[in-house]
Amino acid sequence: MATDIRPTNWVNTNHPAPAQKPPASEVGVVGWLRTNLFSGVGNTILTLATLVALYFVVNGLVQWTLNAFWQPIWDNRKLFAVGPFPAAQMWQPAVVLLMVSVLFGLSAGRWGSIMRNLGIGLAALLLFLAIIPIGMQAQQVMAASLGLLLLGYVVGLRFAFASKWLSLAWFLSLPLTFVLLMGGVNLPGLGIRWQFAPMVDTNLWGGLMVTMLLAVVGIALSFPIGVLLALGRRSKLPVVKYFCIGYIELIRGVPLITLLFMGMTMLPLFLPSNWGNPSQLVRAMTAITMFSAAYLAENVRGGLQAIPKGQYEAADALGLSGFNSLRFIILPQALTKVIPAIVGQFIGLFKDTSLVSLVGLLELVAVGKAVIQQPEWLGVPGGVAKEVYVFVAIVFFIFSYGMSFASRRLESKLGFGKR
Amino acid sequence: MAGHAEDTDIIVARNVNKWYGEFHALKNVSLTVKRREVVVIIGPSGSGKSTFIRTINRLEEHQSGEIIVDGIPLTHDVRNIEAIRMETGMVFQQFNLFPHLTVMQNITLAPIHVRKMKKKDAEERAMQLLERVGIPEQAHKYPGQLSGGQQQRVAIARALAMQPKIMLFDEPTSALDPEMIREVLEVMEELAESGMTMVVVTHEMGFAKGVADRIVFMDGGEIVEIGAPDHFFTNPQHDRTKLFLQQILK
Repeated sequence: MATDIRPTNWVNTNHPAPAQKPPASEVGVVGWLRTNLFSGVGNTILTLATLVALYFVVNGLVQWTLNAFWQPIWDNRKLFAVGPFPAAQMWQPAVVLLMVSVLFGLSAGRWGSIMRNLGIGLAALLLFLAIIPIGMQAQQVMAASLGLLLLGYVVGLRFAFASKWLSLAWFLSLPLTFVLLMGGVNLPGLGIRWQFAPMVDTNLWGGLMVTMLLAVVGIALSFPIGVLLALGRRSKLPVVKYFCIGYIELIRGVPLITLLFMGMTMLPLFLPSNWGNPSQLVRAMTAITMFSAAYLAENVRGGLQAIPKGQYEAADALGLSGFNSLRFIILPQALTKVIPAIVGQFIGLFKDTSLVSLVGLLELVAVGKAVIQQPEWLGVPGGVAKEVYVFVAIVFFIFSYGMSFASRRLESKLGFGKR
Repeated sequence: MAGHAEDTDIIVARNVNKWYGEFHALKNVSLTVKRREVVVIIGPSGSGKSTFIRTINRLEEHQSGEIIVDGIPLTHDVRNIEAIRMETGMVFQQFNLFPHLTVMQNITLAPIHVRKMKKKDAEERAMQLLERVGIPEQAHKYPGQLSGGQQQRVAIARALAMQPKIMLFDEPTSALDPEMIREVLEVMEELAESGMTMVVVTHEMGFAKGVADRIVFMDGGEIVEIGAPDHFFTNPQHDRTKLFLQQILK
């Protein structure tokens, strides 16, 4: 042991010293309260004021919730789910739900991670809907979906089928959903018309189903377009580069609602005349996809810029082609870096779909507005707007938070071993 | 015999010039490297030694002069560039491993997608290479979990996996902690003994003396002097070389 604190020559003969435990925290609950909430006059006043404010908010909310009139929501549960879809053909959306459940189950089993989280969320939702008495047939559909989801999960765990088949199935599920919901195919431009049930016009689609369709189509289509735009913006070819910059800046300079109105009025001008009039739903989807792609491109560009030059050089030096370098080295890293931004954007897109209620589509918010106007509730004092909007907000929150939660899991998984 | 002499020359650089804007980075650099030869390039920072080595596989483009690698002229033709890159492995100062891939995936990526090897064969070969560089137990870790010296050895294995005829080393030990330099140099020494053609930019004079067939000294974008190690270190000709050696060997 050295007692001199300023030795010129000294050897630590105890090296290496054993590691010791960190000191235990001494603060208990009371100590924590004292240091964090009541550490001075100012802090004490702030704490008390917050408590009083909290009391009023919570008390008001509880009182309102207990006395709220939830009948309109319960009575209109089908309208909130699928809108004015013909009751006799409800088996079509049911088949879509069954298909999606199987796919989620298989993906959860085969891929795990984010898909397992989403699968658990969906399973909980299906279980909830199968238990509450929403109607015998609907409950059976929910229970069957839950069963298929679990079955798919077990199959996905047990059998190591190639991932690409599952990806292909997901890819095909989107057009298949449209065919199933429409009751056939009708593409006048290509001269195709085939139906297995009375055709259901897309104007009869509505509720959460349309909200989901808009969001999923918007996300699925804007993602590849956005990545291409981001890559194009960095292209050495001036034509490609300036087209991409022009597109991105033009779209970003315009509010979504304007694009939606433009889609409604101007889209047919850009299509061959024999394609007929695209439905309002398709127009809205086009506008949302175009809008989302421009923002996505900017997010992806941020990720691309964060990739060090050495990564490109290493890929080049190994003889990887430009395409393979992007596919295996650059994009996986760039996209991983911008997952939080992209998920945030997709959550925004999901909520922005509510804007299509302004151009006449019956998505969730529009259904809510319609329910408020129903004559049955005219006699209710204060109207039913509060209940309806709170319900719509809760539905939006559940799905938005689900996405946010799943993405955090994805980040932590992909971030593993990175540093 | 002239034709045969051409055959043994695997890298031929004639009057290579490069500018960054107005700055003349490489001035009429000419160098010929024979098969199985180890050439070490030394010089002060900014002398153009890294720039020169990076023109050989077109990470930097030269504006005039010619470079021929294993009989393939380095032109703007993408096929030629890719053919040359398949024959030259490169090791960087900053390792440049792919952080999102495991060590095994780092090594097998190019063999599978460029050389079209079967995954199983590529992995077998990768394990052999990892054993050669002394870290077979790290195969399934990510680069971020390895020390600098281990990362650089993985980078060497990754380059070797493409079965290159030439290995280019761009200051491979400059970013390493002193304790880890030795392990990387040992791998490079073993590689040189096995007969690999190597061009090495380095500040490791011990390595240059022990392993190099020829030393190239660069300054101000030019080659100032070329010599065999014993001659170069004991009897430098040019004043700039003498000054440089005095500074570093003091």
